[in-house]
Amino acid sequence: MAILTRRDFVKAAGAAATLPILGSTAKAADKLKVGFIFLGPIGDYGWTWAHNKGRLAVETALGDKVETLYTENVAEDASAVPAIRDLANAGCKLIFTTSYGYMDQTIQVAGEFPDVKFEHCTGFKRADNVSTYNSKFHEGRAVLGTIAGMMSKSGKLGYLGSYKVPEVVLGVNSFTLAAQKKNPNATVSLVLIDSWYDPPKEAAATETMINLGDDIITTHTDSPGPLQILEQKGLYGFGQGADMSQFAPHAHLTAIEDIWGPYYTERTQAVLDGTWKSTDTWDGFKEGTVHISPYNSAVPADVQKAADEIQQGYKDGKFNIFTGPIYAQDGTLKVKDGEVIADADLAVMDWFVKGVSTAS
Amino acid sequence: MVVVTPIAAVLLTMLIGVIVFDAIGINGQKAVVDIFLTPLLASYKWQDVAVKAAPLIIIALGLSIGNRANVWNIGAEGQYIIGALCAAGVGIAAGGAGGPVIVTLMVLAGVVGGAAWAAIPAALRTRLSVNEILSSLMLTYVATQILGYLVGGPWKDPNGRNFPATAPLIPDQTLPILVPGTTIHLGVLIAAILPFVFWAIMARSVFGFQIRVVGSAPQAARHGGFDSKQTIWLALLIGGGMAGLAGSLEFTGALKAINLGFPSGYGFTAIIVSFLGRLHPIGCLIAGIVLADTYVGGQLAKTSVHIPDSTAGIFQAMMLFFILASDIFVRYRLRIVRTQKVAPAMAPGE
Amino acid sequence: MSVEFFVAAIVTIVGLSTPILLAGLGELVVEKSGVLNLGVEGMMLIGAIAGFAASVVTGNPWVAVVAAAVAGALSASLFGFFVLTLNSNQVATGLALTIFGTGLSSLLGLNYTGRIVMQFGSVFPPALSKHPIWQVLFGYSPIVYFAIIMVGLVSWFLGRTRSGLILRAVGENDLSAHSIGYSVIGVRYAAVAFGGAMAGIGGAYFSMVITPMWAERMTAGRGWIALALVVFAGWRPGRLLWGAYFFGILMALELYAKASGFSFLPSQFWAAMPYLMTVVVLAIISSRESGGGNAPACLGKPFLPAN
Repeated sequence: MAILTRRDFVKAAGAAATLPILGSTAKAADKLKVGFIFLGPIGDYGWTWAHNKGRLAVETALGDKVETLYTENVAEDASAVPAIRDLANAGCKLIFTTSYGYMDQTIQVAGEFPDVKFEHCTGFKRADNVSTYNSKFHEGRAVLGTIAGMMSKSGKLGYLGSYKVPEVVLGVNSFTLAAQKKNPNATVSLVLIDSWYDPPKEAAATETMINLGDDIITTHTDSPGPLQILEQKGLYGFGQGADMSQFAPHAHLTAIEDIWGPYYTERTQAVLDGTWKSTDTWDGFKEGTVHISPYNSAVPADVQKAADEIQQGYKDGKFNIFTGPIYAQDGTLKVKDGEVIADADLAVMDWFVKGVSTAS
Repeated sequence: MVVVTPIAAVLLTMLIGVIVFDAIGINGQKAVVDIFLTPLLASYKWQDVAVKAAPLIIIALGLSIGNRANVWNIGAEGQYIIGALCAAGVGIAAGGAGGPVIVTLMVLAGVVGGAAWAAIPAALRTRLSVNEILSSLMLTYVATQILGYLVGGPWKDPNGRNFPATAPLIPDQTLPILVPGTTIHLGVLIAAILPFVFWAIMARSVFGFQIRVVGSAPQAARHGGFDSKQTIWLALLIGGGMAGLAGSLEFTGALKAINLGFPSGYGFTAIIVSFLGRLHPIGCLIAGIVLADTYVGGQLAKTSVHIPDSTAGIFQAMMLFFILASDIFVRYRLRIVRTQKVAPAMAPGE
Repeated sequence: MSVEFFVAAIVTIVGLSTPILLAGLGELVVEKSGVLNLGVEGMMLIGAIAGFAASVVTGNPWVAVVAAAVAGALSASLFGFFVLTLNSNQVATGLALTIFGTGLSSLLGLNYTGRIVMQFGSVFPPALSKHPIWQVLFGYSPIVYFAIIMVGLVSWFLGRTRSGLILRAVGENDLSAHSIGYSVIGVRYAAVAFGGAMAGIGGAYFSMVITPMWAERMTAGRGWIALALVVFAGWRPGRLLWGAYFFGILMALELYAKASGFSFLPSQFWAAMPYLMTVVVLAIISSRESGGGNAPACLGKPFLPAN
């Protein structure tokens, strides 16, 4: 047997130094490490891409003071726990978990790391070191619904969703109500495909809706797949999370863009300053988390004007799509004339408005 | 040879991994170190390896019995799912009741459920000569759909904002944690003990002998009075029962809820574990740890070098390829033989 | 229910059926030669990324399809090496190929998320291919017609040519074929490579036609449906064609059930149907004919000539 030499120890130490996740090195101790858990790939040009832009914005704004880490394609199940924990063990003091399905896992890991701050997107459970944040995507849906209501020839619209979670319900309802303001007979068929990101299934579902007569389709799932189908068929649709016009130059009328950069930077700065507290944030047009992409040239001037009015209404605080009278699917009056649904009720909404047809 | 080749397979795989990664522009050394070594060296990762290894080992134990008897259960993933669903069903039926008796019932329900799901291919094989590879595989996808239906419908958590998942188990309905402050649950202990139980049975009992003989010499087995149909039934029931056990332990010990992501592919990976472990119970134990190591390492590498975690699959497959290739050296001896060229015989009536 | 609706539905169904038809046809030939390759899903994904990458690099979809076929054939030949030359266990090797292909395609696809590719032009003039009624015959991607033509070619090959007869003999009784002087291993290598090429093209259909983009695991289990299809078709090419479209109808029903609000049966029922039907068919054909039905007698067994 060979005797261990000093050289072997040096080699072993060298190898150990390359083990990345085993705690941070002295050099990096000054930088604040910020971690991100992403649902999909940063190249999805949708949901995760927008969150990644937020991460890059933090790096740009705070430069040498921060170092960011991220993990893509983290499933919304128990395997998220080790993923979040890895970031905490790598020295992250602030971790963003960017999808609803990470809720319980975030709470669990937050309990193990009381000195690490967590920000959970679109969830509702908080703790001393866990904040929640959300964007009023449904405000953007009101803009899309207005455009769809005015431009649809058949009055039959399609909505591609994932699960019947409040975020999707709000989106569908907002879209439908806005379309009906322009075309009282507009209907929306909703297909829930039980996934946030599954391009072939999204495409097949889109094709099915088209075959059933829907001529404008909006998606609440994360890939540009549906837009590609719409482009092939010469129909119209909208992008989700980011401007997806490169995938469908003719079909893509506009998109809801998620702007996370300012919020992420603000929260990171709070950790740097030591002023971070657990909060619940739900911003929209007014605060700048929702942005509408440039309109396709196919959108007529009067439609653009109507869409702009909705945006301005939200920014001024004068407009809210969830203003009564609003009827449920079965026709009962749920919101009286002039009444506005409170944010707290919106956050748990589980019923659809009249005109939405669903399988469940 | 039998022991050396798996080790050589792992080392070769690591080496090739470094080369391949470097070739496509990823830091090969860092990636391979993360996938193979870091989970074993970083103490906070041991619990993840242990928890991941448990279902792999348990399923592989069951599969090895079948594989030895030349019965090919490819449907372990489906039996795993049905086992977990049965455990969930008992838990829901028990309402708010918990405690060791209820939990034991849940786990046993999982075993029975998995075995029942495997009984279908067994019946099809023994009664109708249906190839069990195909039937068990098809049933896996049926099981996935049953999962989707239950979790999105009757068993959906009423407080879960309509996200398709079961309600999280109350603490009284979960397995106890063995090491406080970690995620190491009772199922890990079971996975550590079962290989020795299986080893004893296979080496010492008539049943173990039966399995081995039926697998390697079916004619002799029949002469010895071993009923091949009975062997098929037993092999599939045990395989299914073990897969169901793994599913219910994973549910009550690790995940505590079932959602659409529950099928993690353990049923398929366990086949690799079974082969890497040379169909031997202790081999399954070690191979299970090795594969769990690459699973956990793959997740680590997702953050450190940004490779997709399905990359771990490349390594798992490579290890299996090397093992299968090296089987040549185990089964045959290399002899250099000088052959003479012989004129090919004319086939009659050509 | 207008004519246009049926036309649109058929177009969708054909799109859903084509990849499994291609992969299934390839696997049918492989199994006819006596080899069981469970790695179809992996080969399809390799074909998907190879085709997509080649399309991004060359801008030519035809070259890309060839690249997908070659990549699929190569990965299948890897399987063939282990199974035919080293006589390793076919089930385990096939599974390893699936896991390997999934991982390799994800890794190679890292640089290709978010890219778009040139699509195939139609082979027919727009007056026919975009016509609301006639598109049911003329509106498809060239790969669709290729698949249908291949069914005919494979059927003719297996049933009417000498080489096809040899292949079938190798699958039914390899020892006899060997003693007559045919190269069992050679025939099987060729069959396996063909199966890989077809699976590769089937995979490329996802990344180049259905949604011209790359996403990890985008074949979403269709490789397993293709395996089911071969059995469902009783290893006959003609039945495979109808079986593929039948499975396509079932897949479409799952989506139509969701989209049209038809909730009498849960959508998962339709999604499970292809697999359940295959089990039923297996049970029927196995019990009707003795010894496992139409399956090639040597399916899955290693070739061990007594030397």
